[in-house]
Amino acid sequence: MSTDFHIVVCGSIVPDPLQTLKPVDGPAGPALQNEMMLPAVLDPWAGHALYEAANLAKNYPGSRVWLVSLGPKAKLQQVMMSVSQKAPFELVVADGSASGFTDSFETAKILADTIDGIADLDKSKLLLFGGWQSASRGSGAVMQMVGEMLGVTEQFQGVDRITIGSDGSIEVMERIEGGSYQKSIVDAAPAVLGWATGELPEPPNNPQIGMQNMQKNMPALQRAQPADLSGSSLSFESVEVPQQRRETRVVKDVPVEEMAKEIVEWLKA
Amino acid sequence: MPGKQIEMGAESRLNTRLKGKNTLTHEEQWPIVRNYYYRVREYRHQIKLRKDNMYTLRTLPGDDVRQIMWRFADRFDLQMSVQSARSIARSVVAKLVAEGARNTHEWTDQKGELLTTFDQSGLTALFMDPHQGGFIEGPKNLALSLVTFELSWVDAGAATCSLASNLALAPIHEKGTPEQRDFYMSKCVPPQPGEDREIWRGAFALTEPLPYIGVDTGVLCGKATVAEWKDGEEPMLQIDKRGRFITNMDFANFVTAAVESNDDRIKGSFMIILEEGDEGLFDRGAPTLKMVHQLSSTRDPVLNLKVPANRIIGGYEIVDGVIVPKYNHSEIIGAVFHRTRIPVGLMSSAKLLSAVEPVIRYHRNRFRGGDAAKEGSPRYDKGIQNNEDALQRLVDVWASGEAGCSLAFAASRLADDFDSVEKAKESHFEAEGITSPRKQIAVLRKLQDQVVELIDLEYTPEGERNQARYDELRSDTLIQYASMEALGAILNPGVKLWNTGVGANMMREAVSLVGGYGITEDCPGFLMQKWTDTQLEATYEGPEAVQRRHLTMTMTSEVFQATLSAWARQMERAGADVPGLGGFVISSAMKLWQWTLKYLQNSTDDAGRKLFHNKRQGVTFPLADALGWLLGPYCLASDVMELIEKGPMSPTLADGIDDLTGFYKDLCHVQAARAAGEVARICTELVYGFNECKGQCSRENLKEFMELKARVDMCMSGSRNAKDRAGNALAEVMIPEALDYPI
Repeated sequence: MSTDFHIVVCGSIVPDPLQTLKPVDGPAGPALQNEMMLPAVLDPWAGHALYEAANLAKNYPGSRVWLVSLGPKAKLQQVMMSVSQKAPFELVVADGSASGFTDSFETAKILADTIDGIADLDKSKLLLFGGWQSASRGSGAVMQMVGEMLGVTEQFQGVDRITIGSDGSIEVMERIEGGSYQKSIVDAAPAVLGWATGELPEPPNNPQIGMQNMQKNMPALQRAQPADLSGSSLSFESVEVPQQRRETRVVKDVPVEEMAKEIVEWLKA
Repeated sequence: MPGKQIEMGAESRLNTRLKGKNTLTHEEQWPIVRNYYYRVREYRHQIKLRKDNMYTLRTLPGDDVRQIMWRFADRFDLQMSVQSARSIARSVVAKLVAEGARNTHEWTDQKGELLTTFDQSGLTALFMDPHQGGFIEGPKNLALSLVTFELSWVDAGAATCSLASNLALAPIHEKGTPEQRDFYMSKCVPPQPGEDREIWRGAFALTEPLPYIGVDTGVLCGKATVAEWKDGEEPMLQIDKRGRFITNMDFANFVTAAVESNDDRIKGSFMIILEEGDEGLFDRGAPTLKMVHQLSSTRDPVLNLKVPANRIIGGYEIVDGVIVPKYNHSEIIGAVFHRTRIPVGLMSSAKLLSAVEPVIRYHRNRFRGGDAAKEGSPRYDKGIQNNEDALQRLVDVWASGEAGCSLAFAASRLADDFDSVEKAKESHFEAEGITSPRKQIAVLRKLQDQVVELIDLEYTPEGERNQARYDELRSDTLIQYASMEALGAILNPGVKLWNTGVGANMMREAVSLVGGYGITEDCPGFLMQKWTDTQLEATYEGPEAVQRRHLTMTMTSEVFQATLSAWARQMERAGADVPGLGGFVISSAMKLWQWTLKYLQNSTDDAGRKLFHNKRQGVTFPLADALGWLLGPYCLASDVMELIEKGPMSPTLADGIDDLTGFYKDLCHVQAARAAGEVARICTELVYGFNECKGQCSRENLKEFMELKARVDMCMSGSRNAKDRAGNALAEVMIPEALDYPI
């Protein structure tokens, strides 16, 4: 069996999580305040998938890696100045919103169409990688839908490790409840793998890899086609960031035993 | 508690409540009244903002803004270097500082992580050409400056550590033979895949005479003698050199050292490469007990080595049995420092900009957690930003940082452009057989009128100038060289002098804005460490006095004077075309400075002694300081105009571009007014200060000066409004939830 994979990683950008992320009502629905002006990073979940893909491609000669991104190309370009230095890949861009408020189905459709349009992609060798979650607003559904749309029905979510057998089979270690793992073996590509954190650290920046990547990826950014996400009927009633709940009561004149008793009662309730 | 049930609202409601609650004590009423007062004040403030047509700075400026202002939006090689350096600065470097790695003089394994990280992330190879193992083609001054900016954002010592090997290589890069260049540059590149070798690192040893630190180029104690010279063989030299405060000395594999001949068979001074494997003594010496930049290695080495003469940088000739080095040490140092002083100046300015975010966060959070600041009150929400002074002093810090960065990056870009022009000029003279520097200067001097003409055309708007003539002059290598050389001879010492000297004072302002917290090791942003480090930046590669002396010699050149006149005209146009930028005040201060220079050159004191004279540093040095003040605002104004032009085309900036450019115009205006004030003060002291007052309050011969000065005063119109607006913008700007590096 063949072990030269065509690995397509789906991943886009999210606002830098250290920034103040304040939802606001925009003309096209919910958005984040000053979103275009905030620095962005590669979605960490997609990042894990990309680094695992690059590592797999390095170990299995003949393999290729594409990063398929749905996002505003100007912001993507900024993020690529860092991401491009970490691993060799070919960038394919659909120029559209990377907001967490887009419809998962519409997003999946754009990604599937974009992947379909990749010249040289051999779907029999396809490993479709992505994050099983997203740092923007993870519906946890996009990768499954992209797989279905592309006809890839062997799907795994919460993947932390894959091991390629000598016969080309793929052993997949998925997270399940209670901190346990489930091991599965799929005979061969194609398959969808929604990555959890994986096991690899973020690679250091290497400008030489970056220079090689950007020779190809800058033209890809220029060529990016606008993505039409208007087909959705999704609407949002309200949007808010999770609030910290803090109820503080200063108590000084009650014995410790009383305090403990009250806490236990509160917990039981 | 009855007071707790009272809701805050409109005045009538408040009064009703208070009147209806006769049982409330004065202490219980006071918080209600106070909160009401806060709300009214906030409401009035908002009304004022709207009335004054103020803007809101939405976020702190990001990469998109910097790339436009500092002109590297189309250079992804540079953008990647920025990202590499930033990720190191805000992880490895910040962690080292936070863990207290700065608290030792010695180079430790912990500090050694820096080198590994620089190697892995491409920073070590940044200085090299692609055929030597680097990744950036062409000159790299802007690249090095950008990396320095990013590393200094967290710790300038780490930036020094990153630059030190490049400084050692710089003499070889600038004046070495092609063989020397390729050999040492390739050795200093991290191994490529499949290679198994040690990365060489270098140190630059100049400091003389011991035990002091710094160098007077006229006093060299390092000596060279001929150790062995067999017929037909390479002469062997004995080099005796002691260094002080030599960076990288803990791990340097080679040293580029300045020495002087102590032997009739060697002519003059030169620089030479010493390797750790050479025969003799390569003692790294004791660690230098420095109190700043502790993330760079420094020791006081003792070197006494026998080396072949082909290590003389640039090579040598044998003339009548004497070894004649191609370049003396001053020529090499001149070529090196011409470029390497820029990043040093930039370090201080980068730190000023890095202080903005932690200071804002501190000000906003200052009172949270205390009983006196209830949630929802202005004291809780805005903290110290409730007060104008804190906001406006931070505007001053920010404006100084911006001006310094604009100046340093302008100098870096000029150094990049100058690189190829300088090489073309050297080839031209070599082809013509004009090799002596004196003869070259004579040829260039004859072109002065054309150089001035080129400068006039350069700064004339495109639609108004004779383009054919401009192209013709610009295509002449020597004319272009003379124009750029004169400007570089101002910008480079100007960066080093103004950015570090004034930067050190402004960094103290930044520390003071954080109160007692600012002088602790755990102050976010490491502000105290950054302040103390500025003192080294103001010192090494030539302290302030050296830069003032340099400027004294170059600022009088007719070519630079033509440039300054062209800048003044350009800023006057900007004053009209870009209202609020401060163009008029910059222009008027430039004219005042130029008038003062001419006056001083042609005047005497009461004793009849000439005022402007090389030996009279009480006149020349302050005038150099004044010029330093002018350079930053001019470069910042140019960068802001670039942002105004290109910003709307950026999809990420277009949305808030008016707010952004409004803020930057105000920052520029603030800095321009401050600079003009300093220039006016210095010029006034110099013009009036050397003649005693004879009871007459009018000086007819100074009428023009008075008019020019009055114009400077009047051109400050609106500058305090600009500061008001910029300060208010700081109160509203959205900042990240937390600093992006450990504290």
